[in-house]
Amino acid sequence: MTGLNTIGRSLLRDDADILKSPSPPSRRIVSGAAWLKVVKGLQPGLVLAWFVMAIVVLWALFPQWFTSYSATVGVARQQLRAPNAEHWLGTDALGRDLLARIIYGAGNSLSGAFVAVGVGLVVGTTLGIVAGSARGRIDGAIMRGVDVLLSIPQLLLSLSIVILLGFGILNAAIAVGVTSIASFARLARSEVVRVRASDYVEAAFGSGGTFGRVLLRHILPNSLTSVIAFAALQLGWAILTISTLGFLGYGAPPPTPEWGLLIAEGRNYIARAWWLTTVPGIVVILVVLSANRISQSFGKVTA
Amino acid sequence: MTTAINIRPVPADVPKLPLLEISNLAVGYRGSDGFQRVVHEVCLLVRPGEVVALVGESGSGKTTTAQAVIGLLAENGRVEAGAVRLNGTDIAGWSQRQLDTIRGSRISLIPQDPTSSLNPVKTIGAQVAEVLQIHRQGSRAEIDARVIELLTRVGLSQPELRAKQYPHELSGGMRQRVLIAIAIALRPALIIADEPTSALDVTVQKRILDLIDELRREYGTAVLLVTHDLGVAADRANHIVVLKGGRIQEQGPTAEVLAFPRSEYTRKLLADAPSLGKARAVPRIRSPLISGSDDAIAVESLVQDFSIGGNREVFRAVDGVSFTVKRGTTHAIVGESGSGKTTTARSIVGFQKPTSGRILVDGIDVTILRGENLRQFRKTIQLVYQNPFASLDPRQTIFQIVEEPLLNFDPLPREDRAKKVHAILERVGLPQSVLARKPRALSGGQRQRVAIARALVLDPQVLVLDEAVSALDVTVQAQILALLDELQQALGLTYLFISHDLAVVRQISDTVSVLHNGRQVDSGPVEDVFLRPGSSYTRELISAIPGQRGIGQH
Repeated sequence: MTGLNTIGRSLLRDDADILKSPSPPSRRIVSGAAWLKVVKGLQPGLVLAWFVMAIVVLWALFPQWFTSYSATVGVARQQLRAPNAEHWLGTDALGRDLLARIIYGAGNSLSGAFVAVGVGLVVGTTLGIVAGSARGRIDGAIMRGVDVLLSIPQLLLSLSIVILLGFGILNAAIAVGVTSIASFARLARSEVVRVRASDYVEAAFGSGGTFGRVLLRHILPNSLTSVIAFAALQLGWAILTISTLGFLGYGAPPPTPEWGLLIAEGRNYIARAWWLTTVPGIVVILVVLSANRISQSFGKVTA
Repeated sequence: MTTAINIRPVPADVPKLPLLEISNLAVGYRGSDGFQRVVHEVCLLVRPGEVVALVGESGSGKTTTAQAVIGLLAENGRVEAGAVRLNGTDIAGWSQRQLDTIRGSRISLIPQDPTSSLNPVKTIGAQVAEVLQIHRQGSRAEIDARVIELLTRVGLSQPELRAKQYPHELSGGMRQRVLIAIAIALRPALIIADEPTSALDVTVQKRILDLIDELRREYGTAVLLVTHDLGVAADRANHIVVLKGGRIQEQGPTAEVLAFPRSEYTRKLLADAPSLGKARAVPRIRSPLISGSDDAIAVESLVQDFSIGGNREVFRAVDGVSFTVKRGTTHAIVGESGSGKTTTARSIVGFQKPTSGRILVDGIDVTILRGENLRQFRKTIQLVYQNPFASLDPRQTIFQIVEEPLLNFDPLPREDRAKKVHAILERVGLPQSVLARKPRALSGGQRQRVAIARALVLDPQVLVLDEAVSALDVTVQAQILALLDELQQALGLTYLFISHDLAVVRQISDTVSVLHNGRQVDSGPVEDVFLRPGSSYTRELISAIPGQRGIGQH
């Protein structure tokens, strides 16, 4: 009995009001009731996640708004300064402002992550949908190929691809994207297979729908929601993996500000200047967590 | 047995103290728009050894009441007022930990759905043993012995083998027996049976209810039976409590409630329940056969094999079924799950190619159709599914759902399409306001109406209804059946009605085929089959219809 009980309970606990209204609503608002409802519906964690993402995206788009320092040219006699009023996050061994380097690095890291997820999403989902809706031999061939892709350790695979394509931020992103094709393909296929087996798809065929129409009208829209939530989840993972490649020296070449590279460069001075590795590390963690939180909220809305 | 309550059967003349007393119970759920009360001032008594049935349609609060008794309300639910007294002790305010001490030992639950209520990764034996372990009932060897004893007691064959099997290796009825074994393991004083047989076939339902009855008599356990089926309640309960909208409409001894229902709602329930339907005193007024003896469907020795596992092994799902259906009449295919009735229907609609045999629909041989011809053929025959929650695309609006079949064939101009959708929606009795909504905003009955509208929008000749009313409440079921009847009169439709529910079949059909393990064991006009069943299986099916005991006397 208790077994049943705990299962039912844990499922429901997630939906219970984990989050109360974050701030008492202002009395001056005219449509008080409606406003109250909006505020109550907000989840502080999710708001924070969107806030972090917004800032990082703004950094990537308009880095000059946030800092007056250059990301690549250092200031003489300002090497390895601890965080202070002039340099909020300190400077590195060449006298470059760390905050500026993080801000300018956002563009490289984010665009890399988007390219990576884009490659995985487009190629993987297409393969998955083709496999799931064609079934039979085509399905077998595609999915065994995907299995081969899955069987190679991801980091090893992306390192090999970078070596084949040549070093650089774009190539690193493509390499990371290729490793996620397999997961996207598997997810998309399982969703398509699930939706295909549903009564409403059969009913659509039964009312005279052709294969193409049913695919476009029912199978695609109903199977893509979890793929999109997964893509948001992959965004965080891609930032992490691109940073890993950058750290290992397979990503952007040195003067370029890139988060993984920042961590790697700071490593040499970790005893004297801890902030050089710690702060970019924290930024990566925050962005990854935010991406995960946002993807989780997608999953919930569609569930 | 160290159970605190002594539950030896008490002599009938001794006034029995209530075992369970619910007084002024109010339960609410916290939703997105505040707190909503769903159970209001429910009072009821359960005496030792008695069966009390909580009857009502879905949303009437019957399950919520039962859950409140055992402290299993969903996380957002709360008992707001009232008391739940078990042997005089109020347990309504108890914590989960306190409740754990009585759950299983003094009150136990038989859940609704045997397919999802067992843990798929544990053996049957381990799951029965769990309740004994939790309440520390002896050593390992003793528990193992007791598990076998319990499995034997609930009528499972080869209990030693069953204890080692996993849930997926057992049928629905067997799983329900396992759940009953878990519920009676500690000989509780009260068993709450939440729709224990709704997911089962009639014949299995009868056996399971018989088993509960027998165990109740043997152990003197009281049963709180939650059911939507007044027929089941009439057969099994001493007391009936009728709930609607969270309020008690009426309660009293079974015979009294059935014979002299006081509330309007009970009278309606009695009238709607097909199993209690007094065998339709007025014969259905049949629409005169439209064009002589024209057959809308003719099935000739249909055989359907499925290969299982390797290519060699073949499972014969349908074995030599033949029948004809006259235009404008209703033919029913009856049988338990696994009898091949749905397979037959799917072959007729053209979703699969039969292994052998011929199917003529409106003079067209379905078995040889493929490609574009098959697609054009779909205009003639449409299928309505059992579960209206699964047969409508959750992302489409009602308008899009009903419009879709029109888009598949010679496209009409937009206004004509809209006009047609509006007309068909009115035909099935839905307000125009639902057009912009998504299926999830509709009730089960409304959804089934949408499914019927979608099927009818192409003006088909034949409608195949695959258990189309089985998932619905009795009242809604009666409404849908009335709608189907009316549509048949107006449009001259031919129905192929697939069902396991003989009571419904008797109401709606003209002719019937009874299937058992893929073979047709009986067929003919409905009254003939009911009054002079040609096979022992048909007789068994008829005797399993609930609601015959209570009604038989008067």
